Amino acid sequence: MTVNELADILNARIDVLADGEREISSGYCGDFLSNVMGKAPADSAWFTVMSNVNVCAVASLTDCAVVVLCEGTEPDPALTERAKQNEVNLILTGLPVYEAAVETSRHLG
Amino acid sequence: MNGDHIHLEFAVSGNNFASAGSASEEVKGTLKKLGIPSCDIRRVAIAMYEGEINMVIHAGGGVATADIYLDRIEIVLADKGKGIPDVELAMTPGWSTAPEDIRALGFGAGMGLPNMKKYTDEFVIESEVGVGTTVRMKIFFS
Repeated sequence: MTVNELADILNARIDVLADGEREISSGYCGDFLSNVMGKAPADSAWFTVMSNVNVCAVASLTDCAVVVLCEGTEPDPALTERAKQNEVNLILTGLPVYEAAVETSRHLG
Repeated sequence: MNGDHIHLEFAVSGNNFASAGSASEEVKGTLKKLGIPSCDIRRVAIAMYEGEINMVIHAGGGVATADIYLDRIEIVLADKGKGIPDVELAMTPGWSTAPEDIRALGFGAGMGLPNMKKYTDEFVIESEVGVGTTVRMKIFFS
């Protein structure tokens, strides 16, 4: 599944789209950044409500395919700016983390 | 380039969360240009970022160096912060002294040092209270 396809599935608003055709192979849910660093697989969709600028560094360094900000969370302007610079995909959905992850999982096969 | 290897050095500024991670990003970019496998780059990036963040949160900044050889990278993170009284305890997953305002940013899960150990092939930490902490890490390329 690509980032573009996931955005459609979650009815997500696109905040930063660096590579919509990037493949997603897994997912991770979490807000504590070190947990994400330690456990999120590469090429995953990361579901979080954390919206500060450090999210971009974590997503970029762990090589995550897309950050999905859930629960209607709006990104800090600094996060959007950094995501553009670092070419990190960032999409926004009103779905709770659990529902967004379940919906994604159904399509990951 | 310095003879047989590439030497990179970064000043990590304390309490600046907006710029935290820039040293790791630069090392990641360098390794990418060198054609290092992405699974190795990921390990380096994670271990180095955790070290950077620790220096930002706990030590008022410090110096990070990365020496890239053909088969490995050696990273040293040195600070002159307050030091760690009990290193073994600090290595315990989930143990953290990060204050509440830092936790609100998503840090302070107590996974920084364990993650650094997990993702490196060699990990040595030396700390003295009132003097500072030095972390030395090696990652061999696959």
